[in-house]
Amino acid sequence: MISGRTLAQGAWCESKMCDDFTKAASLCFLSEGDFKALNLSGGRNVLVKSAYGRVVMAPRIDKGLPPGMIFMAMGPWANSLVGPDTGGCGTPQFKGIEVDLEPTDEPVMDVRSMFTNLRGAKT
Amino acid sequence: MSGQEMKTRVEEDVLCSFCGCLCDDLVVEIEGNKVKNVRHACRLGASKLMGHERIRTPMIRKNGKLEEVSYQEAYDRAAQILVNAKRPLLYGWASTVCEAQKKGILLTEMVGGILDSTATVCHGPSILGIEERGLSGATLGQIKNRADLIVFWGCNPAEAHPKHGLRYSTNVCGFFTPEGRKGRKVLVVDVRQTRTAKNADKFIMIATGSDFEVLSALRMFVAGKGEFVPEKVGGVPKEELFEAADMMKAAKFGAFFFGLGITHSRGRSKNVGNALALIAELNAHTKFVVMPMRGHYNVAGIGQVAAWETGFPMSIDFSRGTAYFNPGETAACDVLSREDTDAVMVVASDPASNFPRGIVENLAKVPVIQIDPYENPTTLLAEVVIPSAIAGVECEGTAYRMDGLALRMKKLVNSPHPSDEGVLNGIIESVKKLRGTEAEAKAPNEASA
Ligand code: SF4
Repeated sequence: MISGRTLAQGAWCESKMCDDFTKAASLCFLSEGDFKALNLSGGRNVLVKSAYGRVVMAPRIDKGLPPGMIFMAMGPWANSLVGPDTGGCGTPQFKGIEVDLEPTDEPVMDVRSMFTNLRGAKT
Repeated sequence: MSGQEMKTRVEEDVLCSFCGCLCDDLVVEIEGNKVKNVRHACRLGASKLMGHERIRTPMIRKNGKLEEVSYQEAYDRAAQILVNAKRPLLYGWASTVCEAQKKGILLTEMVGGILDSTATVCHGPSILGIEERGLSGATLGQIKNRADLIVFWGCNPAEAHPKHGLRYSTNVCGFFTPEGRKGRKVLVVDVRQTRTAKNADKFIMIATGSDFEVLSALRMFVAGKGEFVPEKVGGVPKEELFEAADMMKAAKFGAFFFGLGITHSRGRSKNVGNALALIAELNAHTKFVVMPMRGHYNVAGIGQVAAWETGFPMSIDFSRGTAYFNPGETAACDVLSREDTDAVMVVASDPASNFPRGIVENLAKVPVIQIDPYENPTTLLAEVVIPSAIAGVECEGTAYRMDGLALRMKKLVNSPHPSDEGVLNGIIESVKKLRGTEAEAKAPNEASA
């Protein structure tokens, strides 16, 4: 899994509490082959799991991706899968994370729900 | 509003306060006290300047809910949290101006805390790589006027720095490059076919995490030792890498831009070091320069201000009474993952979104003070929320472009909120007041003892 900036995520990144940001940043891009192999058509979501966490995202095809690689917009959804280790340089490894994918009917969490389990996140 | 106030005025040569390109050619139409239209900006810049939903008043969390308070109350509460903390972390600083960054460093020193910038989750490894290897640099103006080969490695300006190509690199016409895109070659190296890759003359798709090996292979070719390169490196056939190395050597003036594809993947600062070594070695054959594609508009600025104020560019720990720099130990993610900080002040950034989830969980355990124009997930974790004016729109200030050029941001409209610098001054005064009262309270006891 790799994560990075997309135009839509960037355009909404100073308005993160709105639905458009959730829509832009909770997408998981896959190659066409992987999308078909996982049987994700028909509006199903995808559950992505790493050694550090799990997250449900909306899958999309990106023809520029090689098979076996997924791309996510940077943000709280992608970061659910990133580990805290900085390898001695202060920066966590945000790209090149091993993940497992499966189709799911669980909904994608909106930005507020992503933080409601944490202290104080009530308003 | 009267007709006079509603008059539209047009500001030219406005700077965009979104990405590190810091474009200075925007034309902004202002009606009354509102930005009505933005011309010449990309989608990212236009969206920023047109404005979004704002935090309206300062707030303090009481019984789990954020309640409106005055600015003074918010400053006092923030000061109390910082003074009472043993090792507060003051984090962010990339999306504000140098004047505010300077105050932030002063405040961190006063409270014996750690100052870190968003560079640590971005181009921090680049800074470490540059410290190790040195960098053969240039301004974007030199690149525009001279470069006949542009290399984008692990970066996607088509989405992250949309006007980079038009203003500085691939497509712009310069003094010695009058033909623009036609007169230039573009080489893109990435792990996926990005929008940027689609505009390339040559695109090399490498395996994830193989940047270091591929860079090493290119160095071998440049050094004339291609016979030792294996048949495939990072999934790329040897001949393709040979061609890429040839393309680089054949350039009259090459410019190598790299992004988070290098700094966020396996190898991190070592990848950057290897890229810088490749560029240094290319200079034995031709002129080649290299530049990190800095993300936030003034993330380069905090590096500069911190360096001249403290001697270090980021991750600076003042808890020993003097500046100490050791990323891997003193970077924001490190102190938070070790739970080695007991209060966090966040300025112009959103660690709740941008840090790994496990670290965000630790952030939620300590009191958080937020200074920002906008509500974001960090607001949901904050004890104290202080809204500020948007630099470059509602207040002026200095920012550094990705090539290290200092530019002056304009004020376009009035704001009901103080600038980040104003807010920090308020907190600094409250810290002084609190320390003064503490000293006074202690003084009689000391006299009697
Ligand atoms: S390229 Fe960057 S600085 Fe230029 S207009 Fe777009 S966001 Fe703003």
